[in-house]
Amino acid sequence: MKEARTRRVGKAKRAHRGVGRVGTALCAFAHPTLLLLALCTPLLATEIPLDQRRSGYEDLSRDSKAMEDDDTANPATFWVLDGEALWNAKAGSANKSCADCHGDAAQSMKGVAARYPAFDERLGRPIDLEERINLERRDRQNAPPLKFESHELLALTAFIGRQSRGLPIAEAADPRLKPFIAQGRALYELRQGQINMSCAQCHDDNWGKKLAGNIVPQAHPTGYPIYRLEWQSVGSLQRRLRNCIAGMRAEPFDFGAPDYVALELFLMQRARGMTIETPGVRP
Amino acid sequence: MDNDSRGATRRDMLLAGMAGVGATLIRIEPAAATPDSMKRAIRQVVGEAPVRNGKVTIDVPTLVENGNTVALAIEVESPMTKDDYVKAIHVFNEKNPLPNVISAHLGPRAGRARISTRFRLADTQTITAVAELSDGSFWSASADVIVTLAACLESLD
Amino acid sequence: MARALINVPQKAKSGQVIEIKTLISHIMETGFRHDNVGKAIPRNIITTFVARYNGEEIFRTDLFPAIAANPFVSFHTVATESGTIEFEWTGDNGFHETGSAKITVE
Repeated sequence: MKEARTRRVGKAKRAHRGVGRVGTALCAFAHPTLLLLALCTPLLATEIPLDQRRSGYEDLSRDSKAMEDDDTANPATFWVLDGEALWNAKAGSANKSCADCHGDAAQSMKGVAARYPAFDERLGRPIDLEERINLERRDRQNAPPLKFESHELLALTAFIGRQSRGLPIAEAADPRLKPFIAQGRALYELRQGQINMSCAQCHDDNWGKKLAGNIVPQAHPTGYPIYRLEWQSVGSLQRRLRNCIAGMRAEPFDFGAPDYVALELFLMQRARGMTIETPGVRP
Repeated sequence: MDNDSRGATRRDMLLAGMAGVGATLIRIEPAAATPDSMKRAIRQVVGEAPVRNGKVTIDVPTLVENGNTVALAIEVESPMTKDDYVKAIHVFNEKNPLPNVISAHLGPRAGRARISTRFRLADTQTITAVAELSDGSFWSASADVIVTLAACLESLD
Repeated sequence: MARALINVPQKAKSGQVIEIKTLISHIMETGFRHDNVGKAIPRNIITTFVARYNGEEIFRTDLFPAIAANPFVSFHTVATESGTIEFEWTGDNGFHETGSAKITVE
């Protein structure tokens, strides 16, 4: 596995739509109208200046924005409502509901999704919200874990995430998270797959340009879990990451892989201060 | 389904043979709608009546964000009184497996002949909306829509 | 399980034209997809949606497989009197769902 060489160019003024100085051009996608990347010098992934960051919401069509803005027009609301029902439902052999310990989610869960992934003492690494829910189920409810991407787990993460809507993504103050943020950054900058591209090449260097019929977003996880038009369903950030990684013709890891949690953590840090929109609508 | 460009197709010959023994001729429909099947679907709704261009506005993106969920709105000019109103709005497409998209039945109580929904488009194609008015006349409009596949398709796990 | 979301203005003036927006949770399986061993996945869609205002039908629509999952349908009606607007969805495999909203018309 090649190590990606990255050099920080600092926060210099650089045209955000400048030609990406990226590596080898390949067009191995099935789709013929892919963005061609110029053959050039080594990869220089530059962090987007904090004041130039924009949510994928900004690139949505008028109708998709309307879908996200109106809870009664956003199909993700079904998941949020189901999550609320699950929050209040007794589960496991302990016969307890989330509400029994955590009370009203609007109070107790406010800000939680905005600071996840968070460090877990026992595991000695960060975990995301999905893992936290399953640990709580195991430890407090004596209930079996919910499968990744199951309706129930998506409903709960949508409901809990919804309680952080409007809040800024928290900065990871916990010093124990530092090495994991670095691990996530390394994966973000790693060139992988048959197409040999990194996340950074599209999302740092070429955001705003078109890829097939869509605008390349900066890829900030402000709305997860999202209702994705492509899926016609709600899905998690890990599902979206695996989607992209499969698109680069790289082998995706299993759901729940610690590498993905590190990547989620990095992406959240990259988006620190941006507003949570959960549940968002994306193409 | 061999196609002999010099003469009758193999299917024609088989059918001719079958006709000789009194068998029912079965017409094999293609798996996808075509402009012809869209026209036939429209004929089924309007019968022999002429369909005029006008009064109908289609609000659909020229380049869709995603073919799996496309916002669509149709509006028909009409006073919507009990003597002059829109009875129905039908939407058709050319290249999805079926030509029909939606058929909405309104009446004078609607107040405004505008409906909206979200639909699926399999490929770049033309969609047509046909409005049936209370006086029995039919009006239509068409719109061309470009549909691309999502840049990164999900692998089937 | 939450099934239908309805958006009807709570209040309207008599004679005012209002927009009603509806959303229903449904997969709208087209019948044209195949699973990973090539077997066709059977069609499973909502076929009809009806709205009634104090019992009188004000809107009816036939839906086809081309309608996206979680069908969104919006239409207009004249606010005539206070009362209840009822919604009914029917479809394949005995699918039947209802919803309603009250409206005050002054």
